[in-house]
This record gives sequence, C-alpha cells and structure tokens, in this order.
Amino acid sequence: MNEFFLVVLISITLLIGAYLYRVLRGPTVFDRVLGLNGISTKAIILLVVIGTVFNRVEVFVDIATGYALVNLLGSLAIAKFLEKRGECVDVAE
Amino acid sequence: MSLSEYPEVAQLLISTLAAGLILAGLFFLFVAALGVLRLPDVFNRAHAVSLTDSLGALFLLSGLALYQGFSTNLVRIVIVMILLCLLNPVIAHATVRSAMRSGVEAWTREDS
Repeated sequence: MNEFFLVVLISITLLIGAYLYRVLRGPTVFDRVLGLNGISTKAIILLVVIGTVFNRVEVFVDIATGYALVNLLGSLAIAKFLEKRGECVDVAE
Repeated sequence: MSLSEYPEVAQLLISTLAAGLILAGLFFLFVAALGVLRLPDVFNRAHAVSLTDSLGALFLLSGLALYQGFSTNLVRIVIVMILLCLLNPVIAHATVRSAMRSGVEAWTREDS
C-alpha cells in the first residue's frame, strides 16, 4: 500500500504544475489568486498523504489544519485588498 | 484501534475501498486541473477550482481517513475535511466577488 501512496503523492505534485502555469500566466490577478488557492488545497492533501506514508498522521494533520486557516486569512485579505484597489475597506461589510 | 489490528478479511476490504475512494479523488483533482488550464476566464476557472477541487479533496481525504482504521487519526482527518468544506467556497466566493466588483469582463461566446 505504501507504493500506492507514493504514486498518489507524485501525481498530486504533478497536478500542482497546472495551477503553477495559471499563477504564472494568468491574464488577471484574480486568476493568480485562484491558482494559489488551488495550490494550497493540494498542499493540504499532500501533507495528509505524507503523514500516511510516514505513519505519523497526527503530526502532519495538525500542520494541515493550521495551513488551511492561514490560507483562508491570506486569500480573504488579498480579495478584500483587490476589491477596492488598495483603499481601506471594512471587512464586515 | 489501527487497521493492522483488524481481521485479515476486513483489512483487505477496507484497503480496497480506501484505494477506490483515493482514485476517485485523484480523478476529480485531475479534472479540476484540466479546467484550470483550459477554461476561458476567471469565473469559469473559479468554478473548476472551488467545486471540483473540493469534491476531489473530500473523496481523497475520506479514503485516507478510512485507511486509518477506527482511531483518533480518523477524527483529525475528518476535521480537516470539514475545514476544507467550509473554507474553499468562502475563498472562491471572495475572489470572484472582488473580480466582479473591480470590473473583470465575463467571457461570452463572441469572444472565442
């Protein structure tokens, strides 16, 4: 089963390339933000799969949880910043 | 109680089921990556990133959770699943709303 998880790891890593292409080439800045969001989702999955490979799921899952929350904050901040093009905006609006 | 303490038959059954779920998740992730590469504008791509990606991640993580057996690790992975379920739509919505309000033109059939 370990080889199977390694194959899963490698294929998810290859899938990141598609998102990286969108981040580098995206015509608008929102394409780049969406690409980053996709990459971070892949990173969360990768962390859990790595934990399964090394039999230390409890450690890696905690890191994945923190990463998901940080990703939410960063993406929301970028979206709010771009919405008003740098002006200060009330988040609760 | 991890998977290795289960009887032999149950181990085989659970492993097969988990592998099937993981393969289904990989398929959906592949479709999402294809959508991100090929779709024409930011709204269509948001569709691929938020919906298909969330579904693929849920399938893959549920396969991994099943592989853990009945233990605390299962609960941890389920917590990550719930977080992804909540956060992914929020991020996609915020991004698309900011794209909408800052005046990105939607793709129409005439543009092709």
